[in-house]
Amino acid sequence: MNLDFTEEQEMLRTTARDFLAKECPKALVRELEEDEKGYSTELWRKMAELGWMGLVLPEEYDGMGMEFMDLIILFEEIGRNILPGPFFSTVVLGGLPILAAGTKEQKEEFLPKAASGEIILTLALTEPSARYDAAGVATTAVAQDDSFVLNGTKLFVDNAHIADYMICVARTKEGASPEEGITLFLVDAKSPGIKCEVVPTIALDKLCEVVLENVIVPKKNVLGELDRGWPIVARTLEQATVAKCAEMIGGAQAALDMTVNYVKERVQYGRPIGSFQVIQHYCADMWINVDTGRSILYEAAWKAGEGLPAATEVAVAKGWINEAYKFVTERGVQCHGAIGTTRDHDIGLYYRRAKAAELAFGDTDSQREVIAQQIGL
Amino acid sequence: MEMNLFRMDFSFSPEEKNFRVQVRTFLDREVSDEFLSDLEEQDEVDFSREFTKELARKGWLAMAWPKEYGGGGATMMEQLVFNEEMGYHHAPTGGHRQGISLIGPCLIVHGTEEQKRKYLPPITAGEVVWCQGFSEPNAGSDLASLQCQAVEDGDDYAITGQKVWTTNAHRADWCHLLARTDPEAPKHRGISYFLVDMKSPGITARPLLNMLASRDFGEAFFDEVRVPKENILGEKNRGWYVSQTTLNFERSGIAWPASAKRDLELLIEYAKETKRNGQSLAQDPIVRHKLTEMAVEIEVARMISYRVAWMQSKGQIPVYEASMSELFGSELLKRLGDVGMQILGLYGPLEHGSRWAPLRGRVVRDCQFSLGLTIARGTSEIQKNIIAWRGLELPRV
Repeated sequence: MNLDFTEEQEMLRTTARDFLAKECPKALVRELEEDEKGYSTELWRKMAELGWMGLVLPEEYDGMGMEFMDLIILFEEIGRNILPGPFFSTVVLGGLPILAAGTKEQKEEFLPKAASGEIILTLALTEPSARYDAAGVATTAVAQDDSFVLNGTKLFVDNAHIADYMICVARTKEGASPEEGITLFLVDAKSPGIKCEVVPTIALDKLCEVVLENVIVPKKNVLGELDRGWPIVARTLEQATVAKCAEMIGGAQAALDMTVNYVKERVQYGRPIGSFQVIQHYCADMWINVDTGRSILYEAAWKAGEGLPAATEVAVAKGWINEAYKFVTERGVQCHGAIGTTRDHDIGLYYRRAKAAELAFGDTDSQREVIAQQIGL
Repeated sequence: MEMNLFRMDFSFSPEEKNFRVQVRTFLDREVSDEFLSDLEEQDEVDFSREFTKELARKGWLAMAWPKEYGGGGATMMEQLVFNEEMGYHHAPTGGHRQGISLIGPCLIVHGTEEQKRKYLPPITAGEVVWCQGFSEPNAGSDLASLQCQAVEDGDDYAITGQKVWTTNAHRADWCHLLARTDPEAPKHRGISYFLVDMKSPGITARPLLNMLASRDFGEAFFDEVRVPKENILGEKNRGWYVSQTTLNFERSGIAWPASAKRDLELLIEYAKETKRNGQSLAQDPIVRHKLTEMAVEIEVARMISYRVAWMQSKGQIPVYEASMSELFGSELLKRLGDVGMQILGLYGPLEHGSRWAPLRGRVVRDCQFSLGLTIARGTSEIQKNIIAWRGLELPRV
């Protein structure tokens, strides 16, 4: 057993933390929340220079050839600082499935451009049915000559409004099970017939509605096997869930740090409120939530990264961290008192993201159902 | 270049896995349902004396102690594996816990050579039962306010006072006890640490029935009990600091999630076999939800225990980390007790001995037993104070 990070991983963490603190201050986060595109091209370019977009891509595709656990470290820091933009969608939702299932040509076409920050990717999976399983996919793709024609409505699509390509999950056949007959398409986001609109959310995180009306996609842009695309989606969702958990733990740690600093300074009744036992116990409870969450995150990330069966651990992690992040930010606001409820205070930035993240990639109840099946119920 | 040698790895080594199989095979055989059933009926210490000696013969009882003191020199991770299996099997530790994990390691750090020679071998052989004379009726969480007096008299001290919540007081051969040797000094600086023979004249020890009517803990009255001066552990008036020694015994708290895991498995089996209102309990969404919530918490508790053990295996001293694990694990057992009772419904309160009692009354037993877990060894509130003060560095008043 070894529960420590390598020296290089610690360095990656420090570099990421310093970089984000300097390049992505809260003022920029707030500015980007109001920005139409929602990301800074200058910051995006600098991240590409650091090799972040290609962190886990092999060197042959201009990547850094690092591991999933390294990516988890990065996402923890991204969550801690709150980095707005299409990093998650490009690297996890787009890059990983192309790397896993793409043909040589597809990988050569897309991955180096993703690594250099030249293109933005995303995954168009969810629909108005608001579920992450195959049964939720109603969008259709029908073969026609050398192409497929896609029709349907995708919803909650991360950063589709700025994406160059989206991996669109569509039904090509009615199978015996919902998973059968699912095919993935690499869709040029500027194709005729695509309408994209940003949906306002609590986290101001640029989730989009994408309407596909007779969108023509060449057959060479099928990602993976025809009708058998669901396992790619399942694997991507597992990785995305862990990455989201890492973001959440980073955010929870930041909310805790902010709160602990505040209660040490805020004086009432002639003493810092952090000297009151009630506040101390709130803070201890918050910390327990963050710390337990981090332990369980690393176990899930390790299993997923090693390619071991990780369904239970990933569901445990997301189910636990959903509640942990929510608890920590809610207590954080409470410890800050009235100032914590204002739009201007940073604790609220985290509270809003905790709420949105809790419901993304499986809320607590749906994670529990996964676990129930895993433990024989 | 990746330093692959040091990559994170959550798996146990082949040797550790082998060791787990050995321990599990032994405990599967020894700690059978019948064994646990008999244990329920009898005095834990008396009943498990042979079992404890068998553990000693196998070299497992003091496996992590240094070899020079009769230990097995095992690694922290092997000790973790052993404790996890013991917890999972609900194996009795009542007779040896104090000796192996508290006073023994404390003697190794603070004892004179003579004390070590005298007291350690019977502990590693599983032949002696120790009890801990710390708490008093008016000194609980605020332990340093204890009033038990030790007055110097020739070559001895005369100890007078009352100790309470003393696990195994009435069965113990020896007691490690804190008493005040300087009433004038500030409260932490006038306490000494004594090793007291429980057969000494002037000691009255009796059991205190807990809610389960089990005789685990007790109280002891000391009336001018004469204890030779050589039985002070560490320096006179430094007893508080001896008692606060951060000991290098396994402090991961793994026994709680391990024992919870077994209870959860039994509840899952029960839910699958039991029909209520025309469907299996396992299909009831509320039951599924509750059991799954427990599964999540057990896995979380296991991971934080592993981390404490991992820290210790590197020679680091967990402080708030151990408090966190202790707090989380013990509170978890309370929640599990509650969930278990809810799932058993009207059958829940039926006790061992009734043919109607599900799972041999184990759930109701653990439910009551869990109440003490969040109080003993530092209440949950004290654990949170430690986390806040020592971990988060929040100001003390």
